[in-house]
Amino acid sequence: MHLAKLRLYILVALIMGLGIGLILYKHFALGFPLSPDDKKPVWTIEARIDFAARGDPVIVSFALPPKTPDIIFIEEEFASPDYGFSELISPSGRRAQWSKRTATGAQTAYYRLSLYDTGQKSGTDAVDLPTEPEKPEFDEVLRTAAITLLDQIRNRSANTETFTRELISTLNSGAPSQNQSLLLNDQSNEDYKTHLIINLLAMEGISARIVRGLYLQDGRRRQTLTNFVEVYLGGEWRLYNQKTAEIGKPKNFLIWQRGDQSLLDVVGGKNSQISFSMIKNVQSARDLVARNSINQQAGIIDFSIYSLPIEQQNAFKMILLLPIGALIVVIMRLLIGIRTSGTFMPILIALALIQTTLLTGIVIFLIVVGTGLLIRSYLSRLNLLFVARISAVIIVVIAIIASISIISNKLGLDQALTVTFFPMIILSWTIERMSVLWEEDGPREVFIQGGGSLLTAIIAYLFMTNRTIEYLTFNFPELMLVNLALILILGQYTGYRLTELYRFHSLERRDVSSQR
Amino acid sequence: MFLASAKKLRSFGIIGMNQRNFGLISRYNPRHLYPLVDDKLKTKLLAQQAGITVPKLLGTLQYQHDVRLLKEILQPHDQFVIKPVKGSGGKGILVIAEVEHNLYFKPSGDAVPLEDIERHVSNILSGLHSLGGKPDTVMIESLIQLDPVFADYSYEGIPDIRIIVFRGYPIMAMLRLTTHASDGKANLHQGAVGVGVDIGTGKALHAVQYGNPVSRHPDTRKTFAELTIPHWDKLLQLAAACYEMTGLGYLGADLVLDRDQGPMIIELNARPGLAIQVANAAGLAPRVAAIEALAAIDPDPQSRMEFSKRQFTQNPPAHQPRLARTRSDDS
Repeated sequence: MHLAKLRLYILVALIMGLGIGLILYKHFALGFPLSPDDKKPVWTIEARIDFAARGDPVIVSFALPPKTPDIIFIEEEFASPDYGFSELISPSGRRAQWSKRTATGAQTAYYRLSLYDTGQKSGTDAVDLPTEPEKPEFDEVLRTAAITLLDQIRNRSANTETFTRELISTLNSGAPSQNQSLLLNDQSNEDYKTHLIINLLAMEGISARIVRGLYLQDGRRRQTLTNFVEVYLGGEWRLYNQKTAEIGKPKNFLIWQRGDQSLLDVVGGKNSQISFSMIKNVQSARDLVARNSINQQAGIIDFSIYSLPIEQQNAFKMILLLPIGALIVVIMRLLIGIRTSGTFMPILIALALIQTTLLTGIVIFLIVVGTGLLIRSYLSRLNLLFVARISAVIIVVIAIIASISIISNKLGLDQALTVTFFPMIILSWTIERMSVLWEEDGPREVFIQGGGSLLTAIIAYLFMTNRTIEYLTFNFPELMLVNLALILILGQYTGYRLTELYRFHSLERRDVSSQR
Repeated sequence: MFLASAKKLRSFGIIGMNQRNFGLISRYNPRHLYPLVDDKLKTKLLAQQAGITVPKLLGTLQYQHDVRLLKEILQPHDQFVIKPVKGSGGKGILVIAEVEHNLYFKPSGDAVPLEDIERHVSNILSGLHSLGGKPDTVMIESLIQLDPVFADYSYEGIPDIRIIVFRGYPIMAMLRLTTHASDGKANLHQGAVGVGVDIGTGKALHAVQYGNPVSRHPDTRKTFAELTIPHWDKLLQLAAACYEMTGLGYLGADLVLDRDQGPMIIELNARPGLAIQVANAAGLAPRVAAIEALAAIDPDPQSRMEFSKRQFTQNPPAHQPRLARTRSDDS
């Protein structure tokens, strides 16, 4: 292999690798979806805190859900009239704190959170180490009942995991034994049961803690938090449903708080109440990721097209499609062998077609070029100098375009008004060149090259208006590198063009003896 | 079957457009040499310096205001050809075969008034036929006289002989015959007949029109079987000498046979087309490979021509009396 060729292949491999690498990084690390139809449910949760103030200084402290890698918080809002607000971060979790010197009567504070699930599997939700379980202080009767129950369960289980599961199902069983009834104390209170499980596990030397969380269901109002038990098992925290003894975090379950701190503390108020309502809506995954990444100040996003003003972004949407058009032209000319009039005129026609829509665009193109050719054939009889003639053609083209606009407007054909999007200078050159072609090589060549240009333009148009391609070129500009690598490779193609297989087909039938 | 299989074409050694552009033109033709052949005046001058016969130059016109001088320049001549200096593919060439009572006649017999010729000249000057529309120069040449050998094979025009010269060695040749369809022009796209010519003997091999095989001239109905081009060695030698003249490694030399002056060069082409393979029913690739395999290029066009004749003949001369061939050669 020649050195120059080897160098080119290395370059191509580098460019291609860089492009694909960046695309994969954006897809897998930053979560950019590869399809424009990728939608994600976004949950908006509102916590409403009501209490009655007594006229004293008021401090409301409210536990906030922890930030985990698998859940992205898009927006957090804290609202309450005339209250001072701060967010406190402590080892036991985030808390919101509202404060006011004096307040009387019914007070309300709101916390609103929008979030979505990235769908990424995070290893363990909590990595903190457990504290040594504290032995509960039961009175004599309860202690005996607890020991008896634990003995029974220990016999029925093999290890900590099965023990925990067995304990929870026993406490939830429909026909409770005497011991169970005694321990449950006839209270069906959620918190009591949670603490009972944690205490019984502690007696067995197993670390456990309470987890409060929210089931996410669309359109629910006045929801409360549900208690789960998190047990430290084999080096990690495992979540147990305290009603069914199922292990693991249920789908659409948001962990709000871990540990025994209070959910809500109100100093200077009474009758405090908290209720949650939530709503689900669907948003484009791309928008979510782009917004989130900007928040994270990811370098690749910070220096990307997203950082431009919206207007420039829209311009780039078009500009980034041009390489696709160029690739189509390269393929059509080098691989298929279609002849076009002007190398890149088909791309410009395709751009115009994007504005005018396909059918209208083609009709307008044919009318303008056809009329132009007619008038140009008259101009050639006037014996004009070349520059004057091409200038005259430009004016004729503009006049044709103006007439099309006016006539179609009078006829009420609005779509024909888009005629102004056609590049007029390019059209004039096309007409001039086709006219010369007509005089020298006859109409056949004009139809071949004109048809080739139009066909290439239509194929380029179909690719450039494809939703997925449009989406990918704009959101993954790195695709340009892949495109560049492809074009560099195609520039090396020395095989036959498709049309040459036709051109030389008569040779195949004859027995060609290849001479020396 | 409308499409040939790429595998078969490759086994025949047919060179495609991409291969030509990549492996021949860009490798063997340095771009700075193009003007030597794209400008026909320069080519003519070079050829004259090298002692190669070319059609006589009757005059040139460079500026629009010179157009007034046209009548004066044409005055002494009954026959002439008007050409754009930078035209390609035979574009913009006007042939006048007869002048009578201030009326000019094309070979087809169509009368052309002087104003039309002036307009044609003006168009050439403003760049209508030049590459990229650049301003051009007009040259007026003496008309080539049809050699009687081609009288039965040509319709209203002068046939020319295209010889592909690769690194100084003639490797393939084609005779282009004018037809009614081609309007007297030797342009295959317009319907001229391409006849593959055996490099070794100058005999016709195959003929095609519009890419399809033909065995007779479509207008004169004369078969090509007994067609042999005279002065063949001289033609090959002239073509081979173009390598020293231009330095281009891959070029197409267009030659004609003049009844009175014999072989002469009318045009050189740095991007010769591939239709010659169809006319010869043979691929260029094996011949290119044979020359590329040579250790050194012989500096003498005469011996290069001899080498090519031995190397690339399609009719092995075994059953042909050698005398018969040499008699038609008068180099």
